[in-house]
Formats: sequence, C-alpha cells, structure tokens
Amino acid sequence: MTRFLIENGHIIDPANAIDEFGAVCIADGKIVQVGAPAANFTPDEIIDAKGKIVCPGFIDLSARLREPGHTQKGSIKSETQAALSAGVTSICLPPDTKPCIDTPAVVEYIKDKAEAAGFPKIHGIGALTQRLDGTELSSMFALKQAGCIAVSNARAPLANLLILRRAMEYASSHDLLLMVHANDAALSGKGCAHEGAMASRYGLPGIPAAAESIALAECLELAQLTGCRLHVSQISCKQSVIKLQQAKKYGLNVTADVAIHQLHLTENEVVPFDSHYHVMPPFRSEEDCHYLRDGLANGTIDAICSDHQPHDLDAKLGAFPETEPGIASLETLLPLTLDYAEQHRVDLSKAIANLTQKPAQILGLSAGALTVGFDADICIFDPKLTWEVNAQTWHSLGHNTPFWRQTLIGRVTHTLQGGRLLYKLRNR
Amino acid sequence: MSRHLQLTENGKLKHFLSIEGLDKALLTEILDTAESFAGISEHQVKKVPLLRGKTIVNLFFENSTRTRTTFELAATRLSADVLNINIATSATSKGESLLDTIRNLEAMHVDMFVVRHALSGAAHFIAQHTAPHISVINAGDGQHAHPTQAMLDMFTIRQHKKHFEGLKVAIVGDILHSRVARSQILALNTLGVSEVRVIAPKTLLPAHVRSMGVIPLHDMDAGLKDVDVIIMLRLQKERMNSAFLPSESEFFRCYGLTEAKLALAKPDAIVMHPGPINRGVEIASSVADGSQSVILQQVSNGIAVRMAVMTMTMGSRGGMQ
Repeated sequence: MTRFLIENGHIIDPANAIDEFGAVCIADGKIVQVGAPAANFTPDEIIDAKGKIVCPGFIDLSARLREPGHTQKGSIKSETQAALSAGVTSICLPPDTKPCIDTPAVVEYIKDKAEAAGFPKIHGIGALTQRLDGTELSSMFALKQAGCIAVSNARAPLANLLILRRAMEYASSHDLLLMVHANDAALSGKGCAHEGAMASRYGLPGIPAAAESIALAECLELAQLTGCRLHVSQISCKQSVIKLQQAKKYGLNVTADVAIHQLHLTENEVVPFDSHYHVMPPFRSEEDCHYLRDGLANGTIDAICSDHQPHDLDAKLGAFPETEPGIASLETLLPLTLDYAEQHRVDLSKAIANLTQKPAQILGLSAGALTVGFDADICIFDPKLTWEVNAQTWHSLGHNTPFWRQTLIGRVTHTLQGGRLLYKLRNR
Repeated sequence: MSRHLQLTENGKLKHFLSIEGLDKALLTEILDTAESFAGISEHQVKKVPLLRGKTIVNLFFENSTRTRTTFELAATRLSADVLNINIATSATSKGESLLDTIRNLEAMHVDMFVVRHALSGAAHFIAQHTAPHISVINAGDGQHAHPTQAMLDMFTIRQHKKHFEGLKVAIVGDILHSRVARSQILALNTLGVSEVRVIAPKTLLPAHVRSMGVIPLHDMDAGLKDVDVIIMLRLQKERMNSAFLPSESEFFRCYGLTEAKLALAKPDAIVMHPGPINRGVEIASSVADGSQSVILQQVSNGIAVRMAVMTMTMGSRGGMQ
C-alpha cells in the first residue's frame, strides 16, 4: 500500500486538540504519525498541503445515494464520487431505499455495491419497522449483525407512540442508536413549505414548526422512559433547539444534527415556486435559523450533515407542491460550513468537529480523528479556493441545488480513505 | 420573480399570473382597458376582431363553470378560436405529465393558455416552460392566486366608489384557502385603499396573515364597522369535516352576512362575492339579492376584464396587429 507523507499543511484535528502546522504520515492505510514527520519514515508519495487544511475525513450522518431503487437519480458509484470530492469518507445511508433496509440481504447488497464502488465506508441505517410501515418492528438484531450502525424509520411515520416506545425499548435492548426525524404527520399534513409569511403569501400548504417540536418532545419523553440512545436528525426550528437544550441539561442521552443548508437559507430566501427550494423539513424563519446556528455553536446541536438527496430532472419539474423535496448537497457541505464558521465567528476547529469528531462519537466509530492507529481517512482542503457550482465542477448526478451557478469559497483538493488517495482535484 | 416572468422587457404584460410585482399604473391600465370593453356585451354584434386568427386554450385541471365560461366568452368576443380541454378525459389521466400536456398543445400552434390548477404555482410553472410566443393567464392556482377575479372585483369597486384611496374593505370567510382573497389583498393594497380587514376564525386565516398587509379580526361586528366594501368569500363546505369549523349554523351565526350586520358598515357599502354563493351559510338571501349587492355585476364585469387581460398579454407580442 502507498505510504503517504502529507506535509506543510495546517492540521486541524479537534478530537486530539491539534491545531498546528506539520505533517501526517500514513502507512498500511493507517495514520502512523501526526505533527513532525517520523524520522525513519520513507514515503512513496508526498502531498504538499501548503496553504491547505488537513483534517479528518468528514462523516456524513445522512446522505441518500439512491441505490437500490432510484438509480435514475443517482447510484452508489456516482454519489460516493461526489462524497469523495466533498471530503466525506464515511456515509450513513438512511433506510428509505427501495427495497428499504429492513433485511440483512439489503444490507449485504449495499455492502457489495460499496466495495465495488471503492467506497467501503457506507454505514447502513436499518429500518425501524418492517417495510417502514410504522407498525411492525424490524429484525433489529439481525440488521445490527449484518452491519447496521443504527435504526430509523427515516421520514416515514410510525402508527402511534406505543410503536415508538416499543421500538425504543427493543433498540436499546440491542444497544442500537435510534435515529428519528421528529415530525407529527397530522400536523404536517400535505404541507410543502414552512408555515410562515412566505407560505401565507403564496398559498402554499404550510408545515408548522410545532409539527417538529411536538414530535421531538414526545420522543424525548419516551427516550427518558426507555433509556434509549436517541439521535434527532435534521432539526429545523427554535423550539426543537430549546427542548434539546433542556433535555441535555437534565442528562438525557440524546444528540442531534442539522442539515447544512438549514444554516444558510430561510423562508425569506426561497424563490417563489422554485422547486430547488423544496426541502423537508422546510426552510424556516430567520429566528429559527438563528437558533440553529446558536445551538450548533453552543453544542446543543452536535453535528452537521449534508442531508444529500439527489434528484433527477423530472422529480423537480412540476408545480412546487407536487415536486419531490430535497437538495443534492454533499458538494456544498464544506464551503457552506466554512461560510457558517466565518459569518458567525465560530472557531474553524469547532466547525470541523461538527463534521468529524462529533458524528464519530454519535455513531461510536473509531474514526473522525487523526489518531495514530486509526484508518487514514483524511480530507485536505483549500479554505480560500473559489469555485462555481456548475456541471464542470459537480460530481453528483443530482443537479438539484439552489446554489447552482453560485460562487462558493473552500474546496477539497484531496481525499484519502483508509490510506488510499481516492480523490484529487484536477488542475491543482 | 413574478414581475420578471410576467412583463416584457419594455414593461408590457406578457403573462398574467399574479398581482404580485405589478404596479398601480399597470393595474389601472387593465381597469381602463376593461372599461373600453364593457359596452361590447350590450351591442347587437358582440364581437371585435382584435384576436382574430388566434387560438386560446382553456386548460382547466379543476372544475369551474363560471370562470371557464367567462374566459370563453371573453375570447369569443375578441374573435379568437377557443379550445376547451376536458381534463377528466385528457392525457394527464393516462399518466402524462403536466409539461408533456403543455408541449403537445404547443405543437398545435396555440397562442394562449388559460390555466386553472389545484396546485399553487402551476401557472408559474407553465409560464416558465412554454414557448416564448405563448401567453399564460392564471385562472386560479391552488390557494395562490386568481388575478383576473381580483381585477374584476377592483373594476366593480371602481364603478361604485370611483377611487380606491381612503376606502376600507373587509374580506370575510375562508381566507386561508382562498386564492381570490390573496389576489384581492395584493390588488387593493397596490391600488391604495386605506385599510384591508380580513374577518374569520383563526382556523380560516393564514398563520402569518398580518404580513400580507391586512388587519385580521375575528369579530364580525367590529370588522364591518364603517367599511365601504364587504367581500364575502365562498365557504368550502367540504372543509367543515376537517375540523376547521364546528358547523354551518355556527359559522353563519358568527360570520354570515345578514342585514343587521350589513347595517354596521357605511350606508353606501357594497356587498361582493366571487361566487358561487352558499345562501344561509355565508350570506343571507336578503343581502345577496338586496340593493347593496353587486354580485351579478361582478359576473358581467368578468368578461370585460378578461378581454382586457387577453388583449394586453397578446398585444405585448404583436397579437393585435
């Protein structure tokens, strides 16, 4: 295996409290030295990281790869290429594939495809209920044995709170993390936009923020009752942040993440009827966004994810309410995180921790750090490089992003996974 | 976006999708143009040749008799050829997408689509994807907009009140689901009325209705005090089952327009309703048929206003040559 020396880089590794200029040595796919190069280390290849940041590869808590089942939108091969170009070295795949991840056979299929795509670190999230139908518990233990890292019902609703209680009890019996999208289906109804000024003006069916925060309150109560390890995925509103803050204060074992685009866009930025702004949960108010940013900065929210959802053209071609929600967002993850850190005076190391150390802790992975002996999953990026989001710079098959044709700052130049250089920015 | 999409480079009306983004001068131009068409319906020969040779497609994805008929009459009186597409038996029921339906009709060299659709934004979507020579008129999209209805209401108000400045207008009923109300609010505010009140229980008001430039009220008596114009909205009875309201009778008790309630408004206040009306649910028959009611005038004015909008949008592309 190639032995790499990454030199002259600005190393930021929040897990090991490293923020210094130096070198990283890699041998046999593992990190062997961080800081000064090892005296007796002879690299096969040297990567000059001058002017760049060297940090652990990003761990994405939610990215749809569209395989199996929706290969017109993307494939494991295409979307992992997008992930690598974005510095992402581990991906949690939500269970709402087709078929959904409710049997070990589907987990095996995904593993095989991941191996074939040269991106073995796809962590399947098992379905919480069979067929995601919200009524019958899945074979969670079998899913765990097959490699599922957590269980979730994705955005499919559960039939009632008793099912959620039983699911939490059963998941915690097998020490499985339960990931939940807090949403009261009845309150959300057929909504497609935040129930705020924009939806009122344009007559779009609204989703109140309370649909999330009420469901979250129920989940927190039940997590308290059952002792389940709970992770709340992609929160979007003020009241959710407040409830999480209270829950953590009183010692509940709960974590949460936010989708990166929720830190940047609000209902005020939504271009009327432009389906690229159709996301779930919807872009909320300025006040909600403010609370999300603060919640992330003060640790109430633990991690940032991409919530990558590539779509084909047809999925977004129609009247706004009938289009499919979601943004292809892997490749904007880093520049938008850097922008968030700069705009809100968040220390860069802290922001990187939200993409590396924190997701690793949530998932219980020995990853997300440049610890000697860990797999060499490394992202090298140029924090000042400007680039335009367009067909030439984009890797995902989904072009569904509101940032299309916008100029962003910060770009990944190299990504190593398990000590293999799997991505290098062309012409650099 | 609406302005950019709706207007040509020299500020002429290209599509008519929403009141949003249109200024007072343009709305007044629509009203003035409608004025010039108002007498045609009373002529022995009720036709002018302004759109002769043009083909207009009434593309109604949602049922409507009154609106479709007035659009059809307006087009006929402008000498255009009119095609009514029966959506119930159309290709969309066989799985064809909205865009493919539009593209097929485009290939038949039509000049205008009049679109009604159950989803907000459908008319915008069609306007964004049609060929440049085609105009799109929004005949009601979801809960978003019904701009020609709003303009015929403005036309009716102007007939009776002469000016918009200083007027107090009350809109009563199901504001939440009403595309008509949204367009009326925009038009009234653009034309300079002094106050727009919306009167309904909270269940029938959008959550952030105040941001639309209106005063929300839940008490009919307070809301009607000293208003010049009362616009009653149709209460969609099907929504009674969705926990929006307890019963028709309670709604009528609280928000139905009776003669006693009408007396709270200015003595010369006019009563409007976009129709179809539910007698005894949102309005008492004595008021609907009373001397202050202008409901049937609204229907007549609908033809003139739609003729105005059709000629203005087609005129922006040389259709009136």
